[in-house]
Amino acid sequence: MPEFDFLASLPAISVEIGLTILAIVLVFLESYLSKENRRNIAYVAAVSLAFLAAAPVIWSPTAETSGLYWGGMVRYDAFGSIFKMMILLAASLVTLMAIDDKGVHRKTEFHLVIVVASLGASLLVSAADLIMLFVALETLSVPLYILAAYNRTDRESAESGIKYFLFGSFASALLLYGFSLLYGFTSTTSLDGIAAALSQGGDLVAVLVALVLVIAGFGFKISAVPFHFWTPDVYQGAPTPVTGFLSVASKAASFAVLVRFLNAVFPGTVIVDGQSIQQFWVAFVSVAAVASMTFGNILALRQSNIKRMLAYSSIAQAGYTLIGVAALQGGTTLDQGVNLGVALGISSVAFYMFMYTFSNLLIFAGIVVVTEHVGSEDLSDYAGLQRRNPWLALAMAIGILSLAGIPPAAGFFGKFFLFQAAVESNLTALAIIGVLNAIIALYYYLVVIKIMYVDKGPDDDKPFTISTPYAWALGVASVVVLLLGTFAVTPIITWAREGANALAQAAATIVAGL
Amino acid sequence: MVPLSWYLIVAAALFSIGVFGVLSRRNGVAVLMGIELMLNAVNINLVAFWRYNTTIASVTEPVPSELNGVVFAAFMFVVAAAEVAVGLAIIITVYRNWRSVIPEEADTLRG
Repeated sequence: MPEFDFLASLPAISVEIGLTILAIVLVFLESYLSKENRRNIAYVAAVSLAFLAAAPVIWSPTAETSGLYWGGMVRYDAFGSIFKMMILLAASLVTLMAIDDKGVHRKTEFHLVIVVASLGASLLVSAADLIMLFVALETLSVPLYILAAYNRTDRESAESGIKYFLFGSFASALLLYGFSLLYGFTSTTSLDGIAAALSQGGDLVAVLVALVLVIAGFGFKISAVPFHFWTPDVYQGAPTPVTGFLSVASKAASFAVLVRFLNAVFPGTVIVDGQSIQQFWVAFVSVAAVASMTFGNILALRQSNIKRMLAYSSIAQAGYTLIGVAALQGGTTLDQGVNLGVALGISSVAFYMFMYTFSNLLIFAGIVVVTEHVGSEDLSDYAGLQRRNPWLALAMAIGILSLAGIPPAAGFFGKFFLFQAAVESNLTALAIIGVLNAIIALYYYLVVIKIMYVDKGPDDDKPFTISTPYAWALGVASVVVLLLGTFAVTPIITWAREGANALAQAAATIVAGL
Repeated sequence: MVPLSWYLIVAAALFSIGVFGVLSRRNGVAVLMGIELMLNAVNINLVAFWRYNTTIASVTEPVPSELNGVVFAAFMFVVAAAEVAVGLAIIITVYRNWRSVIPEEADTLRG
């Protein structure tokens, strides 16, 4: 084991240190500020989180500094940095969105819990050890259970809280049983060590049991079919800013850790009993991708509540992203010493999650504003939104077009990279099903835009204004979505490719080091 | 010495009872108890695997990686306790709103 160097290890967890300090500062602000000034705590949280989002860029890992730190607990690499940045920006937008939301009651605890959940999410995306992974996952999940049930006096919020909690802890228990088996077969908890020990031999059935349990646990977190039951109820019942956070930060972190786990523990080179473990999980993930896309899109067609519709849409989006995960099986082409299919798969997942974070938060910020003025989440009450506030309607339309995958919004390139990765990894069928599903999805996304722009509402002649924090949240998110679909595509995908290459090379080194 | 497989069978049985409890019980508190059984099965697994698979070179100064099984189990206790604390609080919230701890009776969300 290399000598422990404290200063060199700090950049690996710079974000986490910052978040811990921010959480403590928020507690003190809560006790020292008078009641009238507490609303400003949300601004403090939002601005600090936005500044912290720069940390993964400022202390970005280079080829020399990336690697395992803190006793092999965290892996410091560009893949982790890009996910940390999107989680922090998402948390910042969510605190801004929550500032006047009725379900949040302007309480400081909300922002505190969001900060702790982001801490768990940032640790999760760089976890390199089963123990770290488990603790980080629970640091993310337990605050989310609290947030879902946050509005204590609201029946729907309580209901969504208990459903999320019971399904969530059941899924964690399944995941943990899988972890305990993996630890047992290999007597190590380090992800790299497990891969190395597994390729020395083992029992195929036992490893597959562990694999299925672990995929079930992660499948719950990313709400992939058949582990999606909780999604619609929780999304609809939880306060809207919480739904926003749940649908982006929790999902992005879980996808990051799923990619990291599958890539590190079960790469194509791990062969047990003459069978490559990779073919099994690629099959599971492909089936889950097709089922999630189809099921999510078809059920979204008949929803009348916008949050519930977005819940089914998010199941479908998880399906598209799983195409990128399945593409980790790799193709035949090598590029810079890395399998091109693997690199494209990892980078497309990162890019898709980046654009999905902003598109989804844009729509949820719009929902908060509309609910405040209209008092309803029914799609029919969005009628004539364009005449009541054209900017709000435009911002929501950009978000919806992005989810639907129409240029110039970011979603088009997101889907393009995913399908490109699938084709490169010889999964053309998956890409074709993805394209067909994107066409089905167009219908329900465009219906929302039609309702906002064409339909006549009863209050068309009563315009309303957007308050400053919401104007900022909507404006920033719209600009980012448009940039990601035009000028920012190249820098972000280059960054994602850098992360992908780091991850793929790390997996290759483990096997070479045997 | 008792063979490792005995411990694993006990853990697997406990885990299955827990899964059965989660899937068959309607009461929220009983479901939580099922989840706890599953977590305890994981703990038995971890400690048994650690005891049988690890040889500690020096009892006074063990290498960290020789202790990861018990460390994992210790973290499990902490996290399970946190989870139960939050879970019971949520169940109380549900009871206050619905006068019931049966999640299926809280059914405004559907479609």
